Amino acid sequence: MAKLVKTEDEIMLADAARGFLNDAAPVAHLRKLRDAGQTHDPELWKSMAEMGWAGVLIPEDAGGSDMGHAAAGVIARELGQTLVSSPFLGTAVIAATALRKAGRSDTLAKIAGGDVIYAIALDENTKFAPEAIEMQAKSSGNGFVLSGEKQFVVDAGIADRVLVLARAEAGLTLFDLPVDQAGLAVDARDMIDSRNAATLRFDGVEAPGDDVLGAPGEAMEILRPALEAGQAALASELTGLTAGAFDMTVGYLKERKQFGVPIGVFQALQHRAADLWCETEITASAVLNAGRVLDETPDEATLAVSLAKARATDTAIKAVKEGVQMHGGIGMTDEFDMGFYMKRARVAAEWLGDYGYHADIVARARGF
Amino acid sequence: MAFSTDPETFRSEIRAWLEQNCPEEMRDRRNDEASICWGGKKWNFASDAQKQWLDAAASVGLTVPTWPVEYGGAGLNRERQKIFLEERAAIGARSPLESFGIWMLGPALLQFGTHEQKLEFLPPIARGEIRWAQGYSEPGAGSDLANVQSKCEDKGDTWLVNGQKIWTSYADQADWIFALLRTDKDAPKHKGISFVLINMETPGVSTKPIRLISGSSPFCETFFDDVVVPKEQVVGTVNRGWDVAKYLLTHEREMISASGSGMFGAGRALGAIIADGDSDDLILRGQAMQAEVDAMAFELTLERYKDQAESGQGVGDASAMLKYAGTELNKRRHELVMAAGGSGALDWADDRPAAWLRTKANSIEGGTSEVMLSIISKRILGLPG
Repeated sequence: MAKLVKTEDEIMLADAARGFLNDAAPVAHLRKLRDAGQTHDPELWKSMAEMGWAGVLIPEDAGGSDMGHAAAGVIARELGQTLVSSPFLGTAVIAATALRKAGRSDTLAKIAGGDVIYAIALDENTKFAPEAIEMQAKSSGNGFVLSGEKQFVVDAGIADRVLVLARAEAGLTLFDLPVDQAGLAVDARDMIDSRNAATLRFDGVEAPGDDVLGAPGEAMEILRPALEAGQAALASELTGLTAGAFDMTVGYLKERKQFGVPIGVFQALQHRAADLWCETEITASAVLNAGRVLDETPDEATLAVSLAKARATDTAIKAVKEGVQMHGGIGMTDEFDMGFYMKRARVAAEWLGDYGYHADIVARARGF
Repeated sequence: MAFSTDPETFRSEIRAWLEQNCPEEMRDRRNDEASICWGGKKWNFASDAQKQWLDAAASVGLTVPTWPVEYGGAGLNRERQKIFLEERAAIGARSPLESFGIWMLGPALLQFGTHEQKLEFLPPIARGEIRWAQGYSEPGAGSDLANVQSKCEDKGDTWLVNGQKIWTSYADQADWIFALLRTDKDAPKHKGISFVLINMETPGVSTKPIRLISGSSPFCETFFDDVVVPKEQVVGTVNRGWDVAKYLLTHEREMISASGSGMFGAGRALGAIIADGDSDDLILRGQAMQAEVDAMAFELTLERYKDQAESGQGVGDASAMLKYAGTELNKRRHELVMAAGGSGALDWADDRPAAWLRTKANSIEGGTSEVMLSIISKRILGLPG
């Protein structure tokens, strides 16, 4: 396997992304969107597409940059560092992987161009469990009719299309529908992380046979690799978020004075910061590894991906918790950015499977 | 015998050599304390096979594969050393010899010793003839190691040593000791220490084992009472022994990153250990699952640091993280093993209690967890004070 060390290309990509995002989308950008009641900046997404990010997992002959999963992780990490709200994960990573697997070159070209945004509709209750979903897809003519409700559908309010997982007679089936399909209602939620998510209600929504990705009953063949790609990229985003929160915290320990000295001289805080740094180092290995495994042996990536998502979730939650505590009162204020980190960490912890979901996958693979 | 420098040729040579020279009994995949061959004049070989394996490996330098051939090694570079270790592991062969001489004194001599010192001391270490003890800590110098007070006075033709060391591992089994001694009591504490080699048979050297909570006595107190030491037995510059000690401490922690796999981290899956026990406790299961996640991520970190080292990026102070996280993880793991074992793990006849108690020293010896955290906060995070 390729080494667990960043390549020259990956370092260059990270530097370029950081340079762009520092100008175009610092944390202040998310704050501005929130204060304006918005969750999405179409211009920003267009620029990201021009840089090849929307097509990071799309073949070159479909207009993509085809840089691979480790590179997608590099971009996601930088997005996480300044809490950039964008369709990158849902559209460029999850939907692109699914559509590529299903051989939909036309749609892939639109994703790569930044011309179509996807939402992924999976959850039916408050926890991620795609294989346990119950929404029915009844056969009707040469297609299906969908009825039921999907929760926590990220990006649904800004999406053009939605991937929907439902249960047909043949088993789990994945549909690719326009969001404005008759009978489909989008109920936007006011999410704590200032991003877009909605509840979708399907009331006899017609889905012609062409809307099935892959074959009826074989959704997981397309969805599993797509979700694993998304989980790994989300883990990367969380390491970026962790780094953003941690750097702010260490910076504050050096500058904030109490009792006439910088509070960073106190061993009680030093050791907690050092312990947190150790956690970030260990998590970085699991996340880097997941990207490598997805690029090299994607069919055997489940364990590596779940290890990465579990660790990244755990570390991010610790980092924002310590971040608020070590900042003291100011960490509790809306004016200060730490709260944005804490709220995004909470949402990202739940999305695509929480700590327990992924730790369970790791444990099963390790004989539990 | 000279091994090929071509990696692929080397692999087939070493495979054939192992097949021919490693006794069947030594291929039992053991690496626990009781299976280790420590060597030295007082060593009682556990079997003929153990001696045969040591002699065979030593005869071609494979007890210390990376040391230069003239000092008893096989002169392997990192790549071929890795191949050797892979092939050795593939047949489940034990390490032929382990010792403080190999882990610590050897690297210090290779870095700081004179050619004469290397010729005199390294080959007997490689052959397992001389066993070394480490004389660092004192009753008043634990985490504050630079506070060592044992005196080493210049008496013209010789040194005169007086004082006491503690936590000297297996000093009662050792032939020689390398010690940090104060050669200048007026200098700042880091600047008046020398790194001195002392033959344990010298009149005035005595040892007393310390009984530990695990019931065993791997550590001793070592006393120096008017011990006369030849002048040439100082390694490096007089009064600059702290440089040698610091190099060794970093080396020791980096070594964890090079060969730590299996020392800490995953080992046998905790899931299987819990399944063997009688408990269906969900809390225990959850804790074990978390430990497993952390152990696997830690193993990947060892691998990442190894990859970094091979790409020429030093691990440096981050080795403190490996020491801290690895030892804390190991303690956690053994707590879970004990809990999974229930009352069946409370009998001294079982090997679990002693192993569990032993792990409690992991985060004390070689620099405590708290010292590691202080190193990280100051040198990596740049926190003040």
